[in-house]
Amino acid sequence: MTIPWRRLPFLVALVAATFLFVYPLVWLISASLKPRSQVFDNRLIPAVFQPQNYVRVWDAGPVMRWLVNSLTVGFMAAATVTLSSALVAFGFAYFRFRGRNLLFGIVLSTMMLPGAVTMIPVYLIWNRLGLIDTQIPLWAQNLFGSAFYIFLLRQFFLGIPRELFEAARVDGCGYLSMFRRIAFPLCKPALVIVFVFEFKASWSDLMKPLIYLQTPEYFTMPRGLKQLIDAFALSGHYEWEIAIAASVIAVVPMIVLFAFGQRYILDGVATTAQKG
Amino acid sequence: MPRSELVRRENRAGWFFVLPWVAGFLIFTAGPMIASLVLSFTDYQMIRSPRPVGFDNYRALFDDPRVLKSLSNTFVYAAMFVPLGTVAALGLALMLQRVGRASGFFRTAFYLPEMTPAVAAGAMFLLLLNGQQGLVNKVLGWFGINGPNWTTDPNWLKPSLAIVSLWTLGGTVVIYLAALNGVPRQLYEAAELDGAGPVTRLFRITVPMISGALFFTVITNTIAAMQMFDQAYTMFYGPQQKAAASEESLVYMVYLFQNAFQFFKMGFASAMAWLLFVIILGITFVQVRIGNRYVYYHGER
Repeated sequence: MTIPWRRLPFLVALVAATFLFVYPLVWLISASLKPRSQVFDNRLIPAVFQPQNYVRVWDAGPVMRWLVNSLTVGFMAAATVTLSSALVAFGFAYFRFRGRNLLFGIVLSTMMLPGAVTMIPVYLIWNRLGLIDTQIPLWAQNLFGSAFYIFLLRQFFLGIPRELFEAARVDGCGYLSMFRRIAFPLCKPALVIVFVFEFKASWSDLMKPLIYLQTPEYFTMPRGLKQLIDAFALSGHYEWEIAIAASVIAVVPMIVLFAFGQRYILDGVATTAQKG
Repeated sequence: MPRSELVRRENRAGWFFVLPWVAGFLIFTAGPMIASLVLSFTDYQMIRSPRPVGFDNYRALFDDPRVLKSLSNTFVYAAMFVPLGTVAALGLALMLQRVGRASGFFRTAFYLPEMTPAVAAGAMFLLLLNGQQGLVNKVLGWFGINGPNWTTDPNWLKPSLAIVSLWTLGGTVVIYLAALNGVPRQLYEAAELDGAGPVTRLFRITVPMISGALFFTVITNTIAAMQMFDQAYTMFYGPQQKAAASEESLVYMVYLFQNAFQFFKMGFASAMAWLLFVIILGITFVQVRIGNRYVYYHGER
C-alpha cells in the first residue's frame, strides 16, 4: 500500500480533531476509577485504582432505579412516537384527502414553535389530571406523533412505489393492513432511525424530569445525576469521583446503542438536511 | 363503485391516519398556545385562579433587568456558538472529504459526543474547564497560555457554555459531509481547467452548492441556541445557585424555567415564552430572507 502523501496533512489534522472529541470521554472513564485526590491528574491509567467509586454511586442514590426508569421512559417514548408518527406519515404520504396540504403545512410549522410556549399549559393539564410526579407526562404526548419524525417518515413512504399498494388493494387488502404489511416493513431503516433518535432525546432530557418529577425514586438518569451534583454543591462537599462515575453510568448505555446502530444513526443524521 | 364513493373513502381513510396528530395538535399545541397567550395577560401563581392584569406582565418584562440580561446572555452565547460551530464543522467536513474511506471512522468519532446526555457533558466540562487543575488549562499551559477560570470568572461563563456546545457539533459535520458528497465532481474539474485556485473553488462552488445544508443547520442551530437550557442549568444552576456569580450565565430558558417552576409566576413566564417566540420568529424570518437570496437548491422545483 502506498502512503497517500497528499492526504497526510488532512489525516494529521483529523486525528488531532478526533482527540478533541473523544478524549474527554476517555478522560471521564479514567477519572471515574481514581480516588478524589487524583481526579485531576492527567494519567490515563490511574496510579491508584478505585473502582469502589461505582459501588459508592449506588449508595449515593437509587442509581439502579434511575437506570431502569430511563430505560422504561426511553422505550415508551421511542415506541409510541415511532408507531404514531409512522401512522400519520403514511396518512400524509398515501392519501389525497381534503385539507391535506394545509394540515401538512401546520405540521411543518409546529417544528419552529419553541417548547416554552406550550410548556406551562401542558404542565397544568398533567397537573389537573393528577399525573405530576409520575413518568406518564415524560412520554404520553408521543402517542400523538411528532412533527419532525412525521416529516422524515413521510419522505420514506413517498419513496415506496405506489404500484405496490395498488396491487395490494386489488388483492383486497384494507388500508390498515396495507400500512402494517407493506409500508411499515419496507420502512424499517427509517423506523429504526426514529426510534433511536427519540430514545436518545428521552435519555438526555433534563427539563421534563425537572418539571414533572419530585420523588427521587422516579427520577431518570440525567435528573438523578443533577440531584447528586446539587447535593454535593449544597453540602459544600464535592465528591467529584462519585459524580464522574454516575456520569459514566449515564453515558455508557448511549455509547453501546451507538456502537450497534452507528450506520443507521449517522445515515439518518445525514439525510435530515437533504430531505429539506 | 362510483367515483364519488372512492373519493369519500380516501378522504375518510386519510383523516383516520392523521387523526392522532390532529388530536395531539389540538390538545398539546393549539390549545396550550391559546391558554399560554391568555395566561400571559394574567397573574397566576397556581394557588388562586388566574387574575387578569392586562399588559402588566409584558411591561414587567422590560422592567425586569434579569429578563434583559438573560436575553443578552443568550444572544452572546448564540453569537459565539452558531458562527464558530458552522465554520468549524465545515472545516472538519471538508477535511473528511479529502481522506476518502477513512472518513467513516472520523465521522463516527466526531459524532460520539452527541450521544452524551447534556447533564453528563456539563458535569464533565465543569471539571475539564476547572481553572486551577482542569485539563483544558493544563494543555493551554504547555503553550505558555495562562487559562482563565472558565467556570467561575463571570467573563468566561458564556465561552464555557459555547465550548460544551461546540463539543457536540458532530451532527452538523455529518450533515455537511453528506452535502459535500452530493456536489458533482465535474464542477471542480471545469473550474480547475479555468484556473480557479482552491479558495475560489471553495467560495464559488463548494459553499454555494451546499448552501442548502448550511442554511438548514444555521437556522436549526440558532433556534436551539436560543432555547439552550440543559448545560447552563447543570453547570451553574440548581438549589445551590450563587446569585452574584450566576448573573452572567443566566440564559433565557433558565430564567423562564425559574419563573414558572420555582417562583410559580406562571403568567409572567408565559409572557416570557411569547417574547421568546416572537424573537425566534423574527430571527428566522431575517435568516430566511437573507438565505433566499443566496441559497441554491439542486432539485429546485
